[in-house]
Amino acid sequence: MGRYVARRLLQMIPVFIGTTLLIFLMVNVLPGDPVRALWGDKPPDPAQVAQIRHDRGLDLPLWQQYLHYMGGLLQGDFGKTIAGNRPILDEIKQAFPVSMRLAVMAWTFELVIGIALGVLAGVKRSRLVDNTVTLFTLLVISVPIFVFGLFLQLIFGNELGWVTPTVQDSENFQQLLLPALVLGLVGLAYVARLSRTSIAENRQADYMRTAVAKGLPRHRIITRHLLRNSLIPVVTYLGTDIGTLMGGAVITEGIFNVTGVGNLLFDALGNREGAVIVGIVTVLVLVYLLASLVVDLLYAVLDPRIRYA
Amino acid sequence: MRGAKSAKWVAIAGVVALGATACGGGGSDNGNSGKVDPKGIVSYANGEPQNALQPSNTMEAYGSVVIDALFTGLVHYDKQGNITYENAESVTPDKDSKVWTVKLKQGWKFHNGEAVTAKSYVDAWNWAADPANGQQNSSWYRDIVGYDDVHPAKGKAKKKAMSGLKVVDENTFTITLKNGIPYYAYKLVYKPFFPLPSAALKDPKKYGESPVGNGPYKFKSWDHKKSIQVTAWSDYKGEDKPKNGGINFKAYSKDTAAYADLKSDNVDTMPLVPNSEIANFKQDFGDRAIEQDFSAINTINPAFYTKQWKDIDVKVLQGLSMAIDRDTIAKTVFHGTRESATGWVAKGVKGWTKDACGEYCKFDPKKAKAAIKAGGGVPGNKISIQYNADQPHKDWVVAVCNSITKSTGVQCVGDPVTDFAADTEIRDQKKVKSIYRSGWVLDYPFNGNFLADLYGTGVDGNKGGFSDKKFDALTAKADKAKTIEESAKLYQEAEKELQNSFPGIPLWYNKTLSAHSNNVKNVEFDQAGDPILSEVQVFEK
Repeated sequence: MGRYVARRLLQMIPVFIGTTLLIFLMVNVLPGDPVRALWGDKPPDPAQVAQIRHDRGLDLPLWQQYLHYMGGLLQGDFGKTIAGNRPILDEIKQAFPVSMRLAVMAWTFELVIGIALGVLAGVKRSRLVDNTVTLFTLLVISVPIFVFGLFLQLIFGNELGWVTPTVQDSENFQQLLLPALVLGLVGLAYVARLSRTSIAENRQADYMRTAVAKGLPRHRIITRHLLRNSLIPVVTYLGTDIGTLMGGAVITEGIFNVTGVGNLLFDALGNREGAVIVGIVTVLVLVYLLASLVVDLLYAVLDPRIRYA
Repeated sequence: MRGAKSAKWVAIAGVVALGATACGGGGSDNGNSGKVDPKGIVSYANGEPQNALQPSNTMEAYGSVVIDALFTGLVHYDKQGNITYENAESVTPDKDSKVWTVKLKQGWKFHNGEAVTAKSYVDAWNWAADPANGQQNSSWYRDIVGYDDVHPAKGKAKKKAMSGLKVVDENTFTITLKNGIPYYAYKLVYKPFFPLPSAALKDPKKYGESPVGNGPYKFKSWDHKKSIQVTAWSDYKGEDKPKNGGINFKAYSKDTAAYADLKSDNVDTMPLVPNSEIANFKQDFGDRAIEQDFSAINTINPAFYTKQWKDIDVKVLQGLSMAIDRDTIAKTVFHGTRESATGWVAKGVKGWTKDACGEYCKFDPKKAKAAIKAGGGVPGNKISIQYNADQPHKDWVVAVCNSITKSTGVQCVGDPVTDFAADTEIRDQKKVKSIYRSGWVLDYPFNGNFLADLYGTGVDGNKGGFSDKKFDALTAKADKAKTIEESAKLYQEAEKELQNSFPGIPLWYNKTLSAHSNNVKNVEFDQAGDPILSEVQVFEK
């Protein structure tokens, strides 16, 4: 077990270097000069452009820029923004806690409501409950997320006035409730569908018949035997989804004006703030890698037949 | 730079807009008493400023509006484009408009108690001109004698101060220019010409985070990416004393989010309604909707360095211009929120005249076809219009193209570029294939700004490589005029001359489209599109 974890952690190093290098190169290939863009449609001042370029190290050859950047990163220095010359670490420190809150809340919705719906539908297969859940999840998956976001904003924010249309304080859990629900909707539907199918399949398994024959109480059969065995595909999905929820909430964050990672990334891309993009992606890659490690370890917990040596 | 949106956002908001009208537009009762609270706080939908809050380092909209609240410059202008005096008692040129004497009003102070003197201005400008201090607006001092010593094209400053700036006494200083500029006072309106307290030059970083100015509002707090708060300053000496207690500049990353908040009175006003709401905002806000002239102009400009336009007969350009049905497109694509342009200078600036473009800016398909034929036709019989796809340009580009093709048979297609940064890069590198879209917002309310600064041979703003000796001679003459009035008149002649060379095809004048919440009244915008926040009055809750 310990050796397995160590090996996985070591594997992270090449993945980490590979992704950062790739992103770094991709950002540099994008057309448009971030320093020039500071002047908008007005003519830039060449002396000042040269000064900013030199100051941010953009006049070095690309490989030097990358090494320089990685060197700083190892010491916890994410560099400075091109516009405004602010430490990128500050921006990341501000955005990640917000996204973390949003993602964890959305993730909880997925986990709790999604699995509950899935169990309900899977156990009562082909009945009214099942059909309702199937129909609901189909609707959620097929309608784009921004439609839900704007619709719920209009209903609860503008019409009913229960909440403010946008989030006023991005660190307030209560205000993040609505965006988190919107963000978690699609995942919730997938989780419900995955667990429904898996449960419906496992219900026919031999060990289930044995458990019923033994005369175990129903809730015990479902929670201890059926659910535990059916959760593997769901856990796989939930594990990778936490990363997606953190970095991929651009649309939801935009609608509700949440100052999270998605917005930061979107703005950085628009302004060609290469160092900001690489910085965020670096942290996101770490989140993904760790989440997938946890998922793999959870397999062993859920299914005793899986062993890591 | 504000309001960059993707086409996706436009689509989204269209969906919501439909929903909103279906639901009857909210109709929330305003809970105010109708009485004005002089201590009330106005909230304004803004965004995170790009740079630290230094006047000489701020040129984008989010920072500018905050700087304008915190600082007051020497002069400003009124709605007719005439100079008004603010911190300056007088600004007078000598007979060649070369040496300008600035006299300050007495008794003005910075928020920290330091007196505003001639030195506060001169030191601030010299500091900002030094490239080592990284101030983005420093090229604004380039007309002043000695600028090239402080700010050489390459390398470090050779001197610390521009020799053209001289402090005469506590309240007087002189500016000596390299060449006489009759309208130089207009340039002094711009932010790099604001004063700074002496402490700000010693510790620019600290004062960039918590600025100390001499304006109507005093800095209170800056919570990055959330809000900037300023409060009315009771010791302010200027005319524009705030009629409210302060401003809360709230940061929004998308204008659609700000619009949603504005509809529910969660923010009091915003700079520009989202493009997707242009068709609905008057319905949504009724008498609280705002539509005001804004001195900006849209054009499409041929790239004169290409094979296609290099030696073109001007008749072809005149023909293309006459082939565009500006009025109909303004009505359909812009829902009547733009006005067809009749010249190259935007409305609301000194020296603007109607019909400078004459018959060539009026839609006439028959004449258009004939003119293009007479000029030998468009080389290749095909044009493309380059635009940036991150802003809502596609619809009107397509409409203009259709209009041209329908009237003249010249093929026309849009040439979208991912975003504004990529678009400017192509223009800077002179790699535009045929024609590009262009827009210009006033730097100062004077017609010369739209002429010499855009179409003069070799000037920075001239992206299309246009060059016309006659026009250059006329602008040079206008720059030698004795008074502003005379110069503006001469510039009008230069504008008329553009009929015969057509550096760009004028399309529309812009308007500021906004609205305000139920909590406030007296919300107005000036011709630069900036809100006049000190005039806003807040109702008692």
